[in-house]
Amino acid sequence: MSITVRIPTILRTYTDGKAEVSVAGGTLAEVIDQLETDHTGIRARVLDDDGKLRRFVNVYVNDDDVRFAEGLGTAVPENGNVSIIPAVAGG
Amino acid sequence: MSNLPPLVEPAAELTVEEVRRYSRHLIIPDVGMDGQKRLKNAKVLCVGAGGLGSPTLLYLAAAGVGTLGIVEFDVVDESNLQRQVIHGQSDIGRSKAESARDSIKEINPLVQVNLHEERLDSTNVMELFAQYDLIVDGTDNFATRYLVNDACVLLNKPYVWGSIYRFDGQASVFWSEYGPCYRCLYPEPPPPGMVPSCAEGGVLGVLCASIGSIQVTEAIKLLTGIGEPLVGRLMIYDALEMTYRQVKVRKDPDCAICGDHPTVTELIDYEAFCGAISEEAADAAMDSTITVTQLKEWLDTDEKIQLIDVREPNEYEIVNIPGSTLIPKGEFLMGGALEKLDPTKRIVLHCKSGVRSAEALAVVHAAGYKDAVHVGGGVLAWVNQIEPEKPTY
Repeated sequence: MSITVRIPTILRTYTDGKAEVSVAGGTLAEVIDQLETDHTGIRARVLDDDGKLRRFVNVYVNDDDVRFAEGLGTAVPENGNVSIIPAVAGG
Repeated sequence: MSNLPPLVEPAAELTVEEVRRYSRHLIIPDVGMDGQKRLKNAKVLCVGAGGLGSPTLLYLAAAGVGTLGIVEFDVVDESNLQRQVIHGQSDIGRSKAESARDSIKEINPLVQVNLHEERLDSTNVMELFAQYDLIVDGTDNFATRYLVNDACVLLNKPYVWGSIYRFDGQASVFWSEYGPCYRCLYPEPPPPGMVPSCAEGGVLGVLCASIGSIQVTEAIKLLTGIGEPLVGRLMIYDALEMTYRQVKVRKDPDCAICGDHPTVTELIDYEAFCGAISEEAADAAMDSTITVTQLKEWLDTDEKIQLIDVREPNEYEIVNIPGSTLIPKGEFLMGGALEKLDPTKRIVLHCKSGVRSAEALAVVHAAGYKDAVHVGGGVLAWVNQIEPEKPTY
């Protein structure tokens, strides 16, 4: 349990209000699988029906957008952090 | 991103009155007479005089930005005053643009204020933006944000962007000449109904100041050419945790408008791009929408209906229709709601204004409840027409 995942407000309904959760390492796809196991429903907010990253949700591994790395195949290092940043439009 | 050249040439001089007013700026070496003269010469357009627009306009005015434009067609509502500090109690019902101008003039009468009391769209945005040096975004919807972005890219204007929801805020500066644009960060908007607006999900009032202050800071830096602009970086603020974090925003070579092979070369139809309501919901609502008067009649005559409120618990607590059961829209989308439906009764769904209930209606129709309907205008229409003594939000 060495990877920290930052959960945005809008998805905290799935994590009992927790802003940060811990999962074991692996690729981003594996991290999302573990998130889904622990917090059912969250995967569908991040991935579309085809299992691809949604285009209005950005996922960062150690502050780098995975769209410009290996996408879901991006390796998340030990003690790394993952941030999920959804588009919001309020003003 | 290191220093960029100042966006604006300095004005010829400051008057004695201006020197007195701006003295706390003038004695900062980085700003000085030169920076203040640039602010005096600057023309900044703020899209929206709402949550983000309020602090942004007030501080830009106080800082001495010479010309401020305001795009706003709305009027001040009581529910705005929890966060839109440029408006006051006596402004309720007034044009927001005029109310904002009056507040600006009170803070700094030296500012030239231009009001553009119209809805920003593809037909007027280019002509409007061309008159300004920099655009500050304080809008509340995806369609306008993509419109503002695309116009800024096409006109090569810096776009100072901010966005808020509940306790979270985001801010960045998009400027395709020097870095990424909004589409590089978020290539596509979420499907309608997927991401709640502040009107649906709420927003902590003071969050507007947290994010608005970042926007003003960045605007001043760009206009005067000081510091490191927030170009190519996304600032993420979490008010509950009290953290500011930043992540890199890369220029996307595949970006539809500022990439190597752009597919968007002129303005598009942004309402269609973002969609006010999903196709499934629009289909479901067609021929299956009732009025609040019809609902009242059904309730009064004990029609066999199950009235379901698909809003969130907090909203239900504020105001609800007598006899309604709360099952939030999310439970319909996840499937859990269906087992709570009474197959012996006709299903009637409602929400705040009729958008979320249409989304849920599509799910209910697909599950076989073909005679299910939703209430056009939602609880707002109910209070307006049936129980006017109840509160709205």
